[in-house]
Amino acid sequence: MARLMIEVDGLRVRFGKVDAVRSVSLSVEKGSSFGLVGESGSGKSTVLRVLAGLNPNWSGHLHIAGEEQKPQRAKDFFRRVQMVFQDPYGSLHPHQTIDRTLSEPLVVHGFDGIDTRVRKALEEVSLPAAARFRYPHQLSGGQRQRVAIARALISEPEVLLLDEPTSALDVSVQAEVLNLLSDLRSARSLTYVMVGHNLAVVTHLCSRIAVMQSGEIVETVSAEDLRVGNLTHPHTTDLHTFGVELEELMQTGNSPTGRPGQIASRKN
Amino acid sequence: MQIDVRNLRVAFPAPHGVVEAVRGVSLTIGQEKLGIVGESGSGKSLTARSLLKLLPKQARLSADRLTFDDIDILNADERTMRRIRGKRAGLIMQDPKYSLNAVMTTGAQIAEAWRAHRGGSRKLAHEAAVDLLAQVQIRDPKRVADSYPHELSGGMGQRVMIAMMLAPGPEILIADEPTSALDATVQAEIMRLIEDLVSRRGMGLVLISHDLPLVSHFCDRVLVMYSGRVVEELRASELARAQHPYTQGLLGGLPSLTRPVAQLKVMERDPAWLA
Repeated sequence: MARLMIEVDGLRVRFGKVDAVRSVSLSVEKGSSFGLVGESGSGKSTVLRVLAGLNPNWSGHLHIAGEEQKPQRAKDFFRRVQMVFQDPYGSLHPHQTIDRTLSEPLVVHGFDGIDTRVRKALEEVSLPAAARFRYPHQLSGGQRQRVAIARALISEPEVLLLDEPTSALDVSVQAEVLNLLSDLRSARSLTYVMVGHNLAVVTHLCSRIAVMQSGEIVETVSAEDLRVGNLTHPHTTDLHTFGVELEELMQTGNSPTGRPGQIASRKN
Repeated sequence: MQIDVRNLRVAFPAPHGVVEAVRGVSLTIGQEKLGIVGESGSGKSLTARSLLKLLPKQARLSADRLTFDDIDILNADERTMRRIRGKRAGLIMQDPKYSLNAVMTTGAQIAEAWRAHRGGSRKLAHEAAVDLLAQVQIRDPKRVADSYPHELSGGMGQRVMIAMMLAPGPEILIADEPTSALDATVQAEIMRLIEDLVSRRGMGLVLISHDLPLVSHFCDRVLVMYSGRVVEELRASELARAQHPYTQGLLGGLPSLTRPVAQLKVMERDPAWLA
């Protein structure tokens, strides 16, 4: 089995005349988690959608689990690679019960023992059994995101693609979902690729992090380097400074730049 | 300018009786920066919107006292309220994609806000709009004034929204999650801009958010709401000394850049908090 789960080389995506992603290369080891951060429009979600097979207009080389992937993917690919979207309010079918949402991938991929699998999937994401025959609007945001995670996991994938999985959730619910994701990764030796803009959240879950800006990866660092601020690119340094300042304020009540409300100005 | 709220309640009729979403909130706002923090459903937005009487039709508003200077908001008619809304208190909403008019240029929208409250000619209002866009630090205000919301980024859209709210020269800004739809660096820029404008114009600010660290960074005082009540009031500098277990839970569950942990602390909700 290949050591590298995902290998991307010279990925390029164009929307009309716009280069959304220009020559992005990255590799993710099996069983590890990789973070992509950057501002809106930097192309991080576009990279994720190419990996997921949701965007066929790209060029470059892509290997997943050692197999070369073309824009058109095999059916089994969509079982092995799953995605969790940002907004659990928009990503679950409002007219389908949780039971139907979870059964559908099982039917599509020809699994047996659907009833047991749905029950176990709900258990695994700590949802009450009663949630099974509810509709999405009857669940809270955190519960909905758990359903989205259960749906992604139910087809026994190897790779989970996470597009800002907690940014639509309350801070108090975010911790629960992040803990769930890190438990599941070690229990099932999954490979994660996570997109986000909150450095603390991405660093919590990922061991390596790439920073994107205008369609390019400007820096790839380890979580440790990022924590201590061992960074070279100004954009990453900015993000880091702001994050650390807010934390400093919470712990001591003092902002390192003096009075609260005064953030060190950005260097451009 | 002084807003005084005593025992504010907002209730909604439900199939089985009445649901109270805000249950007895009291606060005073002067020329200061006040943060209101809480999770979805805690009543923070309803509390702020009650100040402008901008509530859903079926909502029932009651209070022992609800005044804006000496105007009794509780019993004010729509005519009186229109003189407060926008003119004396501006409301900045979450997502500029939805709160700006998609088929009007940004300049025309700001000019409309200007003329509605200050009168004057179209030409004058348009010039004022360009000037306001410059004040919210848009580099090319003439071009932006002639563009439509879809041509702007999220951060630019929010700046336009702020410019529009500034047009009538309000005494207080109410910002309801003004940066939740924006990414981290833009978030900081917009907050700095609001901060700067508020102190330069001597306005009051009510900042509503679920992001406790962000709010305390920019406010003098923070109210923590849970299930329709204020459970704790803190000076921003005293955040680390929060007493209420809910506030402590909010702070403890955050992933940290500087202090990594394997497992995040999950909040244990005590039914006693609801009492």
